Amino acid sequence: MGLPKVIGTEVEYGIAVRNAPDFNPVMGSSTLINSYAGERARIQWSFDEESPGRDARGFGYEDALPSELDSGLVNVVLTNGARLYVDHAHPEYSTPECSDTREAALHDKAGEVVMARAVARTRELMPADERMFIHKNNSDGKGNSYGAHENYLIARDIPFGSVVRHMTGFFVTRQIFTGSGKLGSENGRGDVDFQITQRADFFEEEVGLETTLKRPIINTRDEPHADSAKYRRLHVIIGDATRAEHQTYLKLGSAALILDALEDGALVEPLLLANPVPSVTAVSHDPTLQTTLELEDGRSITALEAQWQYLEWAKKYVDGGAEEPTYVEVVELWESILTDLEIDPRRTADRLDWAAKLVLFEGYINRDGLPWDDPKLRMLDLQYHDVDPEKGLYSRLVTAGRMARLFSDDEIEGAVNAPPPGTRAYFRGRCVEKYRDALVAANWDSLVFDVGGDALKRVPMMEPLRGSKELVGDLIDQAESAGELLQLLGGE
Amino acid sequence: MAEQERKQSRSDSTKEDVVETDIETSAEGEEIAEKIDDILDEIDTVLEENAEEFVKNYVQKGGE
Repeated sequence: MGLPKVIGTEVEYGIAVRNAPDFNPVMGSSTLINSYAGERARIQWSFDEESPGRDARGFGYEDALPSELDSGLVNVVLTNGARLYVDHAHPEYSTPECSDTREAALHDKAGEVVMARAVARTRELMPADERMFIHKNNSDGKGNSYGAHENYLIARDIPFGSVVRHMTGFFVTRQIFTGSGKLGSENGRGDVDFQITQRADFFEEEVGLETTLKRPIINTRDEPHADSAKYRRLHVIIGDATRAEHQTYLKLGSAALILDALEDGALVEPLLLANPVPSVTAVSHDPTLQTTLELEDGRSITALEAQWQYLEWAKKYVDGGAEEPTYVEVVELWESILTDLEIDPRRTADRLDWAAKLVLFEGYINRDGLPWDDPKLRMLDLQYHDVDPEKGLYSRLVTAGRMARLFSDDEIEGAVNAPPPGTRAYFRGRCVEKYRDALVAANWDSLVFDVGGDALKRVPMMEPLRGSKELVGDLIDQAESAGELLQLLGGE
Repeated sequence: MAEQERKQSRSDSTKEDVVETDIETSAEGEEIAEKIDDILDEIDTVLEENAEEFVKNYVQKGGE
């Protein structure tokens, strides 16, 4: 059994204001986050342990600092253990660490609700004609991209080269079910009416540390936010922000499963692409899924065929006794999506964002005779991602019963407020909720309390699976104050 | 894409003109595409006004 897959996502949302030509996205993002955090805890994020310049290949910029460090930007921790903040010029939601893949998808969805509520509150503060829009997308269609990153905790002792060899082909070909769809192309890539992903046009390297330029298929940021002798955090930047619930589940679940199989030596031979970087756009630019990719061994394979291969390995691995409870479900979902994609991608329009968009666009083209580059279609392409439940087209499709649901509204509401039970996010979230007055600072791997003594008390959380409900739930229930809690924890 | 040509040629024909054979699209895929007409009217009512201007002004800073 591979290491339990602690998973989280970080999504940068697009932000715009109508009728405000001098709109500043940094200020706007701050307003947005303050609107949500307003009466809630304003627990400051602390950057003590952050080192985004550290490289998994064993070198890095010594002086690379978190980009937010100097800016004093808004940065808060929520009662569900999530982090809501301004990153560059975007509002960003980082989910709490989750211990299973379905839960991670649920918390990714909760982030949309947090953003929707935040933007609704900004409307009470702003002039009526200056309406703020928040989109869960990854591109403005003009060459600017922002990320939706996935994080998977993996064992330090897996050679990074092995991750690169095995995962590159997986990440390139999984685009057929991770894309959220986009009209046209950007960044000087070849002309296309419609493509599967928002992000493919922006990938330029096979492996690298960068995330803002020369984006690599495999990102080497080596910043585990945990015991670095034991863990890596695989920071995956080649994915779209997705709204369809099944899609997010499959995106996270399939990657976790393949990584688990890799850790257990269950991936027999890597599927090596001859030209990984051009293959990224080749896959994304072909919604018919017919394009073949050349392999190093001289064979050619479609992305769909490659995913059938990964699924076969995954199935074998799960049949062999993988314990993670969601994997059986992930494998079933994976198989049904590939089956439908193979027959006709439109059959996945209820579960994949890109297919939902494709069907919408074709509907308009069919009804109104619009060309693919018509501004109305561009508007649809953007508004699909609007987090406003009344205006967002994804939400309209959900309301109309056209998108399959994985989560109930109650489940999502639960995740908006409460942390997942299985990781240290539980400890963080409950402390924010119960001891906010004593909580001075928080980050992924520690909390700092002021309980009235001379020194601040720091509680390190270097083990992501400790601090779970099972381990600390009773203590938090018992402790009336943070001081009492620290005593009960016994100076852990 | 080929699909586009097919759809556009269809939009020129009348509604009674049902496509009989199609090697590119499955019957079910076709059905999904047909049913979408129901929701287009609804979307028309919520689509942002001045789409062209809105899309033109939508410029984001890079991130990550």
